[in-house]
Amino acid sequence: MPEEFKLITKNLDQPGFTPDIGCYQRHGGYEALRKALSTAARDLPDGKKQSPQEVIRDEVLKSGLRGRGGAGFSAGLKWSFVDRRSGKPIYLICNADESEPGTFKDRQILHRDPHQLIEGMIISCWANDVKLAYIYIRGEMPIAARRLNQALAEARAAGFLGKNILGTGYDLEIHVHRGAGAYICGEETGLIESLEGKRPYPRIKPPYFPAVLGLYLCPTIVNNVETLCHVRHIVTLGGAEYAKLGTPNNTGTRIVSLSGDVQRPGYYEIEVGKVTLGELIQHPNFGGGLRPGRQLKAIIPGGSSSKVLKAGEKFQLKRKGPDGQMTSVETALLDLPYDFDSLQQAGTMSGSSAIIVLDDSRSMVATLGNLSEFYAHESCGQCTPCREGALWMEKALHRLNHGEGRKSDADYLLHIAQNIQGRTICAFGEAASWPVLSFVKKFRDEFESKGAADESARAANPARPQH
Amino acid sequence: MSFSVPSKLEAELDELATHYPQKRSASLMFLHALQEHFGFISRDAVEWTATKLGLQPINVYELVTFYPMFRQEKLGRTQVRVCRTLSCALAGAYELRDHFCKNLGLDTAKHGPQTTPDGKFTVEFVECLASCGSAPVVMVNDDLLEKVTAADAEKVLTRGRVTE
Amino acid sequence: MSNVATTAPAPAAPPPVEKLKIKVDGREIEVPKLMPDWQGRLQPTTMLQACQIAGAEVPHYCYHPKLPVAGNCRMCLVEFGTPMMGPDRKPVLNPDGTPKIAKSVLPYEPGTPRGAIACATPISPGMEIYPGSAATQQMREAVLESLLINHPLDCPICDQAGECKLQEYSVEHGQANSRFVETKVHKPKAVDLGPRIVLDDERCILCTRCIRFSRDIAGDDALGIVNRGSYNTIAAWKEGAFDNNYTLNTVDLCPVGALTSRDFRFKMRVWFLKETRSVCTSCSTGCNITIGSREDVIHRYEPRDNDAVNAAWMCDAGRLNYKWVGRPDRLKEVRRRNADGTSDRIPWETAIREITARLSNAVSGSVAVVASARQTTEELHLLKKLANRFGAITDSVPRTGEADRLLVSADRNPNSNGARLTGIAYTEMGIRLPEIAEGIRSGSIRTLVVFGEDVTQHGIGADLLARLETLVVSDILPNPTTAAAHYLLPGCAHAEKRGTYINGKGRLQRFLKAVEPHGDARPEWEFLRELVTAVTAQAVPATLEGLFNEMSDGIPAFGGVRWAGIGDLGVNVTI
Ligand SMILES: Cc1cc2nc3c(=O)[nH]c(=O)nc-3n(C[C@H](O)[C@H](O)[C@H](O)COP(=O)(O)O)c2cc1C
Ligand code: SF4
Ligand code: SF4
Ligand code: SF4
Ligand code: FES
Ligand code: FES
Repeated sequence: MPEEFKLITKNLDQPGFTPDIGCYQRHGGYEALRKALSTAARDLPDGKKQSPQEVIRDEVLKSGLRGRGGAGFSAGLKWSFVDRRSGKPIYLICNADESEPGTFKDRQILHRDPHQLIEGMIISCWANDVKLAYIYIRGEMPIAARRLNQALAEARAAGFLGKNILGTGYDLEIHVHRGAGAYICGEETGLIESLEGKRPYPRIKPPYFPAVLGLYLCPTIVNNVETLCHVRHIVTLGGAEYAKLGTPNNTGTRIVSLSGDVQRPGYYEIEVGKVTLGELIQHPNFGGGLRPGRQLKAIIPGGSSSKVLKAGEKFQLKRKGPDGQMTSVETALLDLPYDFDSLQQAGTMSGSSAIIVLDDSRSMVATLGNLSEFYAHESCGQCTPCREGALWMEKALHRLNHGEGRKSDADYLLHIAQNIQGRTICAFGEAASWPVLSFVKKFRDEFESKGAADESARAANPARPQH
Repeated sequence: MSFSVPSKLEAELDELATHYPQKRSASLMFLHALQEHFGFISRDAVEWTATKLGLQPINVYELVTFYPMFRQEKLGRTQVRVCRTLSCALAGAYELRDHFCKNLGLDTAKHGPQTTPDGKFTVEFVECLASCGSAPVVMVNDDLLEKVTAADAEKVLTRGRVTE
Repeated sequence: MSNVATTAPAPAAPPPVEKLKIKVDGREIEVPKLMPDWQGRLQPTTMLQACQIAGAEVPHYCYHPKLPVAGNCRMCLVEFGTPMMGPDRKPVLNPDGTPKIAKSVLPYEPGTPRGAIACATPISPGMEIYPGSAATQQMREAVLESLLINHPLDCPICDQAGECKLQEYSVEHGQANSRFVETKVHKPKAVDLGPRIVLDDERCILCTRCIRFSRDIAGDDALGIVNRGSYNTIAAWKEGAFDNNYTLNTVDLCPVGALTSRDFRFKMRVWFLKETRSVCTSCSTGCNITIGSREDVIHRYEPRDNDAVNAAWMCDAGRLNYKWVGRPDRLKEVRRRNADGTSDRIPWETAIREITARLSNAVSGSVAVVASARQTTEELHLLKKLANRFGAITDSVPRTGEADRLLVSADRNPNSNGARLTGIAYTEMGIRLPEIAEGIRSGSIRTLVVFGEDVTQHGIGADLLARLETLVVSDILPNPTTAAAHYLLPGCAHAEKRGTYINGKGRLQRFLKAVEPHGDARPEWEFLRELVTAVTAQAVPATLEGLFNEMSDGIPAFGGVRWAGIGDLGVNVTI
């Protein structure tokens, strides 16, 4: 039976669990930090020596942990890119901007278990020789920001933070920095600019890779809230043991945000790849199915930016057979294991692991119109294709949704979106164009018939004022 | 009327500035604090912030105009921010916002923030508030209301009408 | 070899340059691995630099060689490929032994090329860049289409028409008609950005060149972008707040007609302008300029690139300091003053003959020469010859102001070093003026030759001038000294003649003639040459080139440089 596996949400889901440090410590809090700080140096078979910090970094690499912010990039690899020879300070930033529509997992941690994040951060900072770190939290979470500050003060008072942490001589400061209502601040280089007090314009890469030229042009690690929490559990379990959770290359657990047309929307923590998309939507332990009498129409599987999947779609998934050979397995939409690789092979992504379910009462034209409004509002406007294209798509969809459509608008939209993806400074370009590309390609009929209907209505009543 | 920042607040801000190796970084936190105190970011507040942080006013104004949470005029005492984005829209966010607007005599066709003439309410649409599982959601000042019904909206209106 | 003139302060033996082999549109070229960035620091060579070396144009808007790279316009996107690597990390080869190239594609859509911005992407060994491919062309067209959807397309009334990169590229790379059928975004028009700058936000393509220039070059972070997304708008904090001494450079930098100079706005279609290479005369920096003129009227100065002097910039004060050239009260006539204070217009020959006659009678030591460090080196050289004939005291007049950190020099004379090297003036300019004044007062100096200065402002008042037997004055505009002259010889603004200046750092630079002199006025070197020939009975070269070369031979610091060798960018001389 598909079930939740609570690692990150274990404490916060318990009745009576409170966000203060006392409660956290009663639940084993800060034990992982003690363990990390007392890690011994290690001799490797090849005669090399690993410092205690290198040991932790190695464990994170071995755990297979992939970033939970959206891109699913290996956390251990990201840490290994950090320029440790520049002589400049290394910064760590926790990305708590949680703004991808559909996503509400970090919110749970920030509000209800802030110490888990702080412990994960302290360990990650220590392992990366970071002395100053920030939590960049979205402006619309003022209460969580207050709780975090409170929790940081508690951690400082308890000797887990500040000067000479737990008597080890290690100093670390963590500060909370609030955003003010901009999705683009979730993009790591936009976030860095915002933290520098500038407009959150994402930086060009090359040359501004955060691991080398990040905050104040110093080496910088940006990790998602949930990612950093996992580090705590990797230390507790050991990298190899952690890697047994989930499925190969898709290790550990992950909090899935489920919303839209299901009976039981909410967040569910699962072992990555151990639960299918269908189970997440239909099983009583999860979404509990659609509303009575409704059929599934489409699934947005990884946050609003991921490409939509259409009910009934089938995919060829590459699977390693028992003999080690790769084989292609036809997999129906609802049988897709919910993990990074399967969704990628299905032509979309698990992104921020936010699933939005659409039932057959929904208009895809209206739904896309809603999303396009989001992207038009959130484009930072720095680079031409996205600045102009995001609003252009929104205007076209608005027109189409308000009786001024044309049959050709389907192609018109594809044309605009195709000229954005892959041509922008940051991945917002993809985020804005993928919904349009996938909606229009997979539901072309709906777009064309809406446009055609508008055209005939106008032809029947030519006196009506034109758009 | 000259602009002045109380010394207690200024001390808090000075402390905030120490959180960063470069004080420009404190811009957003300064603006939040000033907005909390004054209710909005005036041109004087922009100039004050710029002077404090060693910037030109335009550097601060660039931020004020980029981030929708910063306001350049006074808002209503009860600020109602209705999430507009998909999951909330699927759960009736548009109807909910219309409900607020109609009850307060505001224009439902207008998208941005609108404040009632009596200064009691500001209603606006905002983008996804990261609580899509309990859609539709509304932020009333700092509080997040979840699975908001028309009845909940009424309560917000009733409470907002009486608060002084 | 301290007196050898060089075209650049190059070290004796440049280190060997490491090169990379790449292909541009199928053609193999070798390019340096490192090239100077906007600050002149060696950085990995970019695709754009490599394409420029290969002679392949890569259209661009936000990139400018003297500004930090922004990468925001995306106009320079190019298709490219890199050598394919096998699992053994060795290049995979084609059957013919050439390396197999993996073209860059979208990771999630392997059939679609993924471009890179040429302005910010470093080249790597074996890379192939396709600035001319169909895919590159398509990316360019798409960017142009996006830039134009909200653009007013009012080229017929736009000041930038003819110099607009949007207009130019859309003719070359755009499509005939846009698909856009929505309503355009409207933004502020005719914004008073600063006292000298007007902004049309609807024309702006948000390339941020103006912002980067102001922040990173001029050191005045006065411009920014307000609002968000498609509503982004260039702005200053207040009307008129963009007011440093370099604002007009942003007009040159603006690739479209968004920023216009209040001075030049709507004055003239640029294609009517004649362009002349010249040098700014407003301080000793000697910024290289291009004079834009039409029918003998100057309409603008623009900076001309010269890394040894002004990079690509000039100050606003210098740029706008041209109007006096066309002032109606310019001195236009050769005049001789009569005893009763009236004066007559006389022909040049008469003036030269009579001055020669008067000077020939002058005894040694009774003549003084006050020249101007705004005169050309050649003129100063001739005046020195003249002075030598009489053992005359010479000097010129200092002119100072405040220096800034970018270009403006405290020395506001363009040719102080010319005055020094020709022997007219001394390290401390003007040091001998009191001596001249005293000589006049005591009666030992009976003849004074003044070029281009109002000596009444410098300790030689009208009362002293009245004591002189002969006062020969050449100038451009009237002043108390010209009013007192016995012989008044109308001279030329630098724009009306050719010559050289030596800037504060010893850069010898030449300038060319843009417009005709007013009335009788002639280039000073021409009539000085006649005077010197007549007075000294020595042959003086009849051409400016000849004159310069003769002067160069006589001044070791010039290192023997010829007129032709000065080139458009000048040479260094020893100061
Ligand atoms: C437009 C855009 C918005 C993003 N928003 C978020 C966000 O809200 N939270 C987040 O953690 N990552 C976000 N990301 C991903 C970050 O850029 C970055 O990859 C992530 O924080 C890295 O952390 P991780 O490796 O732990 O996932 C966003 C990316 C893009 C392109
Ligand atoms: S892609 Fe969009 S969001 Fe990203 S930098 Fe460009 S304009 Fe800004
Ligand atoms: S005003 Fe001109 S230079 Fe400045 S951003 Fe706009 S187009 Fe570029
Ligand atoms: S810096 Fe000097 S030489 Fe250059 S433009 Fe200004 S005044 Fe002219
Ligand atoms: S869509 Fe409303 S909270 Fe996410
Ligand atoms: S020139 Fe603008 S992105 Fe390269």
